[in-house]
Amino acid sequence: MDCDRREFLKVGFKTLLATGVSIGAFELLKPEVLAALNKEKGLRWVFVVDTTKCVGCGMCVRACKLENEVPYETNVSRTWVERYVMTKDGKILVDSPKAARDGFIKNDPMGVTVKKEDIDKAFFVPKLCNQCEAPPCVQVCPVGATYQAPDGVVLVDRTWCIGCGYCIMACPYGVRFFHPLYRVAEKCNFCYHRINKGMKTACVDACAFGARQIGNIKDLEDPVARIIKTERTAVLKEEFGTKPHVFYIGLDSIVR
Amino acid sequence: MEVHGELWTLKEFFVYPNEYIYWSIQIVMYPFMTGLVAGAFVLSSLYHVFGRKELKDMAKFSLTFSYALLLAAPMPLLFHIQKPLRGFNVFFTPHFTSAIAAFGVVFFAYAAIVASEIWFVNRKFFIESAINLKNASGLGNRLKGLVYRAWTLGSYDISEEALKKDERAAKILAGVGIPTACFLHGYAGFIFGSVKANALWMTPLMPVIFIMSAIVSGIALCMLTYIIIMEAKKVRILRKRKPWMISVEEIRSVEIDIVKSTTKYLIFFMIMAISLELLDLVFRGYTALKHWDILRTVIYERDFINIFVIQYGIGTLLPLIIFLIPGLTIKRAMVGLFLVLVGVFMMRWNVVIGGQAFSLTLSGYMDYIMPIIPRNLETLKEGLVGALTIMALPYIFLWMLNKFIPVIDK
Ligand code: SF4
Ligand code: SF4
Repeated sequence: MDCDRREFLKVGFKTLLATGVSIGAFELLKPEVLAALNKEKGLRWVFVVDTTKCVGCGMCVRACKLENEVPYETNVSRTWVERYVMTKDGKILVDSPKAARDGFIKNDPMGVTVKKEDIDKAFFVPKLCNQCEAPPCVQVCPVGATYQAPDGVVLVDRTWCIGCGYCIMACPYGVRFFHPLYRVAEKCNFCYHRINKGMKTACVDACAFGARQIGNIKDLEDPVARIIKTERTAVLKEEFGTKPHVFYIGLDSIVR
Repeated sequence: MEVHGELWTLKEFFVYPNEYIYWSIQIVMYPFMTGLVAGAFVLSSLYHVFGRKELKDMAKFSLTFSYALLLAAPMPLLFHIQKPLRGFNVFFTPHFTSAIAAFGVVFFAYAAIVASEIWFVNRKFFIESAINLKNASGLGNRLKGLVYRAWTLGSYDISEEALKKDERAAKILAGVGIPTACFLHGYAGFIFGSVKANALWMTPLMPVIFIMSAIVSGIALCMLTYIIIMEAKKVRILRKRKPWMISVEEIRSVEIDIVKSTTKYLIFFMIMAISLELLDLVFRGYTALKHWDILRTVIYERDFINIFVIQYGIGTLLPLIIFLIPGLTIKRAMVGLFLVLVGVFMMRWNVVIGGQAFSLTLSGYMDYIMPIIPRNLETLKEGLVGALTIMALPYIFLWMLNKFIPVIDK
C-alpha cells in the first residue's frame, strides 16, 4: 500500500471525526431530534374526523362542492355527512339526503318523524375518501389513471381515465362516482391543490366545530398525528384490509 | 343535470349518496359474449384434440364462429366505458394489477391462436381458391383472389404430407387454445370475483363458475346457429329444386345426428355448471358471514324470480328435461338450446346486476331499470338497443367471414 505518514494522519483524523459525530448523534437522541428526523422522512396526509363534534350542518359538503366544482345540483358528492338515529325500540335510521348538502334541518331520518323521547342515540358521521394505504381502486384501474402519490393521497388523472367504473366497484366505501361534466372517475383528493400550498382542505376550513382536521402523520409535532397516536381512534370497514387513513373519534358500531 | 347511472337506478333505504348501478347491461353482455367465445372454442376442440369424429362438421363451424364472437367480445366494454376513444389507453399503459388490463393481453393471445388454427384448418381451401381465382374477371373476384393469395403466405404446398402437418399444427393449437379459452373467460370471472368490496362477487369460485357456464352457452349457441343455418340450407335447396346437390333428407339426418351427439356434451357441462353454482350458494348460507343477511334477502326475495324461476327453472331444469326425454327432435332441441342461452344470460345478469342490487351500506337496495326506449346516447348504449346491437354483431362478423372461409362444409 502506497501510503505516507501524512496521508495516514489525514485518514485517521477523518475517521476519528466521523466516529465522534456518530457518537454525538447517539447522545443527541432526544425527542426533538427524533421528530426532526421523522420530518425528513416525509409526508403522509391523514384526516381525523371527530364524530362527537359534528352537528350535521353540511357546511363542509357545500364548501367541497363549490371548491371542487362538482355541479351543485347533482346527486353526487366528494364528501357527505350521514345521520344516525337509534330509537328506543332498536330501529336504526340512517340517511344523507343530497349528501347533507343543506344540512339536517328536520327531525325526519329516512322520512320518518321521530319523537325526541323515542331516541336512544343520534349522531352525525362525515365521510370522505380514506386515502387508503392499500387502495383497491388503484389496484384495479386498468390504465393506471388512479394512482397513489408518495404522500399517500390517491389521485385520478382526468386526462387518462377511460371511464370503466372498475375503481368505483372496487372501493368498499362508495366514495367514488363519475364526474357529471368530465365523465371520468371522481372522488375526494384531500383538496390536493390546497394542501400542497400549505392551506387546509375546503371542508376543514368550512367546519366551524372542528370536526374535521387534516395533518401529516409523519410529523410528530402535528396535532392531528398526535391525536391519532395518543387517542382512541378507529377506521371504517377495517376488514377489507385497505388500511384507511381517515381516523374517527367516537365511532359507533352502528356506523356503516 | 343527471349523473351517470341515475337514469336507470332506483334506490331504497340507506344507500351511500354516490352509489348507483354503474355496471349496467353492457357489463352483463361482456361476460356473456366472452363466454360464448370460450364455449364455441371448447366445442371445436372436442374434435381437434380429443378426436370426436362425430363432431367434425360442428367443430369446423364453431371454430370460425368462435372467431366471429371473439371480434364482438370487447365491444360491450367499448359501449360501456365513458370515454370510448381512450379505450386504447389500456394497451399504452397496461396496469397489470388490474384484471381488465390483463384480460386485454389474454384476449390478443387467444385471438392469435384461433386465427392461426383457422388458417391451418383452411389452408388447403385458401390455396385452391387462390389458384382458381388467379385469372378471374370482375373486381370482386379479383379482390377476393388477392386476399386468398395473401393468405397462402407464399406456400402452395398441398401435398399429403403438408396437409398432415397442418392437421398436427391445428391439433396443437386447439390443445393450447383450450386452456387459453378457459383463461380468457376465467379472467372475465376474475374481474368480478376479485372485487372484495362486493359481497356477492367476492368468491374464488367465480372464475370456475364462469368457465362452466361459458362452455354451456357456447355449445348451445353453436348448436342453435348450426341448426338455423342447416334449416336455411334446406329451404334454399327446396326452392332451387336442385336435388342432385344434396337432398333435404340427407341434410336432415346429418343434422339430427350431430345435434344428438353434441347434446351429450352440453348436458355434461350443464350439470357441472349447476353443481358449482349451487355449491357456492350453499356455502354462503352455511358460513353466513356478516353480509349474508342482505345477500339472502336479495337472492331469496328480491331476485327470486330471476334466479330460481328463470335461471334455474326455465334456463336449466327445463332444457335438461327437454334433452333427456328420449327421441330428441330438431324442434325440441331448438327450444331447449334457446332456453339454455336464456339461463346463462340470466346467470350473468344475476351476478352483475344482482351484485349491485344491495348497497355497500348493507342496509339499502338498488334496482336497475333497463332503458328500453333510448332518451340519449347513454340510454341508447346501456339499454336494450345497445344490448341487441351487441347480440347482432357476431352474426355480421360471421357473415363476413363466411365470404372467405367455408363455415360449413358444402
Ligand atoms: S376510500 Fe375508496 S377511493 Fe379512497 S383510496 Fe380507499 S378505495 Fe380508493
Ligand atoms: S374509471 Fe377511470 S380511474 Fe376508475 S378504474 Fe376505470 S380508468 Fe381507472
